Amino acid sequence: MAVVVPVPAEKRVAQARMAPPSRFGDKAFEWLTLAMALAVVGLVFLVGWQLAHGSSVAIRRFGFHFLATSTWDPVAEQFGALPFIYGTAVSSLVALAIAVPLSIATAIYLTELAPLWIRQPIVSLIEMLAAIPSVILGLWGIFVMIPWLRTFSFPLLKKFLGWTPLFSGPIYGVSMLAGGIIIAIMILPIITSVSREILRSVPDLQREAAYALGATRWEVTRIAVLSYAKQGLFGAVILGLGRALGETMAVTMVIGNTPQIRASLFAPGYTLASVIANEFTEATTDLYLQALFEIGLVLLGITILANLLAQLLLKTMGAKMTSRAVQ
Amino acid sequence: MQATTASHTWRKIKSAAASGLAFVSAVLVIAPLGLVFLYLLRSGANSINWSFFTELPKPVGVVGGGMVNAIVGSFELLGLASLIGVPIGVLGGVYLAEYGSTRANSMLRFVADVLNGVPSIIWGVVVYGLVVLRFKSFSAYAGGLALGFIMIPLIMRTSEEVLLLVPAGYREASLALGIARWKTIVHIVMKTASKGIITGILLALARVAGETAPLLFTAFGNRFWNHDLKEPIAALPLQIFTYAISPYDDWHRQAWAGALVLVVMIFFVNILVRFLTRERTARFR
Amino acid sequence: MTPHKIICLSLLSLLGLGAAASAQMTINGAGATFPYPIYSKWFDEYAKVDPSVRFNYQSIGSGGGQKQILAETVDFGASDGPMSDENLAKAPGKIFHIPTVAGADVVAYNLPGNPALKLDADAIAGIFLGTIKKWNDPKLVALNPKAKLPDTDLVVVHRSDGSGTTYIWTDYLSKISSEWKEKVGTNTSVNWPVGLGGKGNEGVAGQIKQTQGAVGYVELIYAIQNKMPYAEVKNSAGNFVKPTIESITAALATADIPDDFRFSMTNPPGNSAYPIAGATWLLIYEQQKDAAKGKKLVEFLKWAAKDGEKMAKDLQYAPLPANLQERVLKRIDEIKY
Repeated sequence: MAVVVPVPAEKRVAQARMAPPSRFGDKAFEWLTLAMALAVVGLVFLVGWQLAHGSSVAIRRFGFHFLATSTWDPVAEQFGALPFIYGTAVSSLVALAIAVPLSIATAIYLTELAPLWIRQPIVSLIEMLAAIPSVILGLWGIFVMIPWLRTFSFPLLKKFLGWTPLFSGPIYGVSMLAGGIIIAIMILPIITSVSREILRSVPDLQREAAYALGATRWEVTRIAVLSYAKQGLFGAVILGLGRALGETMAVTMVIGNTPQIRASLFAPGYTLASVIANEFTEATTDLYLQALFEIGLVLLGITILANLLAQLLLKTMGAKMTSRAVQ
Repeated sequence: MQATTASHTWRKIKSAAASGLAFVSAVLVIAPLGLVFLYLLRSGANSINWSFFTELPKPVGVVGGGMVNAIVGSFELLGLASLIGVPIGVLGGVYLAEYGSTRANSMLRFVADVLNGVPSIIWGVVVYGLVVLRFKSFSAYAGGLALGFIMIPLIMRTSEEVLLLVPAGYREASLALGIARWKTIVHIVMKTASKGIITGILLALARVAGETAPLLFTAFGNRFWNHDLKEPIAALPLQIFTYAISPYDDWHRQAWAGALVLVVMIFFVNILVRFLTRERTARFR
Repeated sequence: MTPHKIICLSLLSLLGLGAAASAQMTINGAGATFPYPIYSKWFDEYAKVDPSVRFNYQSIGSGGGQKQILAETVDFGASDGPMSDENLAKAPGKIFHIPTVAGADVVAYNLPGNPALKLDADAIAGIFLGTIKKWNDPKLVALNPKAKLPDTDLVVVHRSDGSGTTYIWTDYLSKISSEWKEKVGTNTSVNWPVGLGGKGNEGVAGQIKQTQGAVGYVELIYAIQNKMPYAEVKNSAGNFVKPTIESITAALATADIPDDFRFSMTNPPGNSAYPIAGATWLLIYEQQKDAAKGKKLVEFLKWAAKDGEKMAKDLQYAPLPANLQERVLKRIDEIKY
């Protein structure tokens, strides 16, 4: 049985006088971590300022014409970003056209159809694909994919679809289409993983209700899951787009690096990121360098827009975004 | 209510076909991984010998040599990047998890996620203007800074996530015992979440280890050993790129070997992370 | 030890390794891919002559060499196209052009059977302007009646980066084709009417090797090292000349070399001169910022001008003639550090 020992008065006073936990330490730590967190805001301003500062003369010289001109002539110092905007847009769209159906179908497979034991291994494999560095995929692209495309796939495509402007013209191997394919490979993991998260967050009640009404598996997926998750899936697609827009190394190695606007997907192209990678260290005149900084600004602008849009869509869907290395 | 047998069968067929397509898609998604890795193994494996890991690059036209300076250089760059990325990222994540208001924090999270989407080449351009031009030198510091900038938002978000998983009860118990708030966070919360924080750091490292674009105009590359961080430094992805676009077969061979080494290191880190964070919950969707 | 501690310690020790003061000095240079094979040989050999200094050279293209030396981010630049007056005026100090070797831009191609082709100024201009589109174009057939030229498209390959090799090429084309001069002009980086871009001599050679029907321009040594066929070109005297050390030296002999060493040797007179040749220069500031580095750099330059030149022929570069070498040595003496 516990015996309560009365505490003598002196000791009680002494206990009451014990120093409270350090207020200073708390405040200091809070400020420290706040400063670190604000670093992201600082970084955004840093990036914006550096690019704007580095392109100020070019912006004043070319104005909005920069976005609409298609000449890229370092000799005559005429610079226009249109071929690169076109190249980035087309290669990204091609990539989405290939990756989105595959990714969403895979996400459906992983959440609705696959046996439980196979899910984690496949997810792991997809995350490994995401871990392959861009330059290595580009290496594989030059030595394996391009020869194969040039010898087998492209002639086949040309044979059957050569009547469309998209698949006309000479086949070099390096092309817009090759660029699109390699970007597709790079964005498959992120679209798949985010779509998977979205589909997982669809309440089971939806599915059960559909099943109860006699729907087949596919109908359950189509009606109860996909339409519910539409917005989130769209967000996943835009996130993939954001990633596609900024892809540099792999694309530079397979797209042909020619600033031109052609209808055919077999023609070589040039993206915003690639021209910076190729020409940045060599821009001999000030205006040339400024024009490249401006290209960087345009690239930053469209990737931020795409990411903003994606975040908004995903937030309102209420899905938890994971920011692992899969991004 | 009666569905006709024919339409019911048709619906079942559609469903089976859809399932089949979904399965095929999954296979197609994983296929590139297999193709690339197999090709890497085939082309690079026999070039991986002792000299690859110990010798410096040889001049053009001379067969042989290795990439030891690039491998060590990559590690040095990662070390520098961590000096910036880890403290800022982890402490920033602490702020997001422990302090602040809901609105301000969600704005900060938003900004971090948007930063995660900035193309890595832009970081190279930024650091070129900020450091290389100012100090008139390409350097390992510049390369490390560019990689560090990429790591910050990445580590911030993963740290925050992991810290939020620590049960509130831990914090409350500690505070109830009279321990200062900051000590609670550092000694109790962060310690509990340490495994998760470390895996977040490892993943970020694996991610930037393969980056080439930001190093093009910062670290610049070096054919020799670098013992001065103010000078250009070799890095594995840079060296792979330079060799890959060259017309020399010997350099191509070495590029494949380098690629294999890089991929194996990155995969190893990813597998390690997966092992450390394996889910023990039964229900898995 | 906790994982935390292990990671911290290893990072610190790596840094310690990195920051340790080293007795070896690094001198950084960047620029032309044209002379990369011989420069890399020189740097390798010189490391044996003077082990206390290493030369780190990155071949990022002549445009890059010019830009980085202007920005002073490297200790020396290298370019096959001389710097323009405009650019020189922008430099924070006087820049010397130190010629090292001369080489040739050759027309390399990829055709089944590797036929030996002859081309003239008209044909080359036509190919690169895009007016000649197929291999069996009458102009090409007329020049090569015995070769079996297929009915396939010409795939033109050019440089995508800023290049002195391009400078020499476009300098030649501007001289022999007024259409080219008007439409495109001479520079290290131009607005190409047709063709694919490859990065560096390496990239173009690689592209040509991999693409059937491709034609492009690369430095002689790249074509030889990659066993690619290259064409004989008709010079201004009317003779078809193969690019060899002799024909390059013949072109060099007739060039008029001003005091600042910025000269062009394309389309020279002379019976046996190869028309598309050019010299390559090292770009060095007259006043070196760092005395120790400046001293080592000057020592290397003197070695290169004397001993290095002897290695040129083995790599298919033409060394400078004796009188030019003397003038170069005098210029090197003028570098202050």
